[in-house]
Amino acid sequence: MDIKVNVREAPGDCYVVDLSGEIDVYTSPKVKDAIGNLIDRGVYHLVINLEKVRYIDSTGLGVLIGGLKRVREHGGSVNLVCTNPQIKKIFDITGLVKIFGIFDSEDAAMKALV
Amino acid sequence: MNQAVENALPELVELRIPSRAEWVALARLAAATVANRLHFSIEEIEDVKLAVAEACTAVIQQEGHGEFILLTCEALDDSLRVRVRDSGRHGVHAAEQRGMNFEEARIAGLGIFLIRTLMDEVSYDVHPQHGTDLLMVKRLGGY
Repeated sequence: MDIKVNVREAPGDCYVVDLSGEIDVYTSPKVKDAIGNLIDRGVYHLVINLEKVRYIDSTGLGVLIGGLKRVREHGGSVNLVCTNPQIKKIFDITGLVKIFGIFDSEDAAMKALV
Repeated sequence: MNQAVENALPELVELRIPSRAEWVALARLAAATVANRLHFSIEEIEDVKLAVAEACTAVIQQEGHGEFILLTCEALDDSLRVRVRDSGRHGVHAAEQRGMNFEEARIAGLGIFLIRTLMDEVSYDVHPQHGTDLLMVKRLGGY
């Protein structure tokens, strides 16, 4: 079990964080560090691509919520790319669909960034 | 259900893991394997995996948790009974009691909320000196 994190710059003062694998209590610190490092560098518009994430739990959700909270303090935003129905279900039942922008494609998530 | 499996029920699988984050994946894999033998749907198996992981995570994130977590999965004719026990000195409410900040408490609460939402029955006993005993039941076609 592992999580792979890839950070890349995208047009429009935005960064994309590609995540691949499983996000749980063991792997979520790695995701938290990646997102935190970007915010520390002044990046406040993020697309987090969850297309290759097979599993996420509350600690993973917590990392995403924490990142969103931090960027919003600077007028930023976080949009998610998610096509996995099981993961979408977790966002749905926790009500996080109302907090995050969740999109089926990276293009759509980029275009919707504030 | 496969006749051979049906005849073998009930089945009991026990797993004892160290109370550390790197072992949670094994606990959820074990629970998923038992759920699969009961022919739960893929979605239901994912529900069980997440509930078990949240229960183990709740233990690990407690201060004063014990050295191990004992997972028991019991495959019955129409349901899966899962128990998650720890040997710590605090219960599932310890997170609320140990001065977490609001954000941390909210995330911990999210885990408990997920367990209650994804499983059909949830109950627990808290023994201040002997840890927590969480029982979860997932019924076949329980939605």
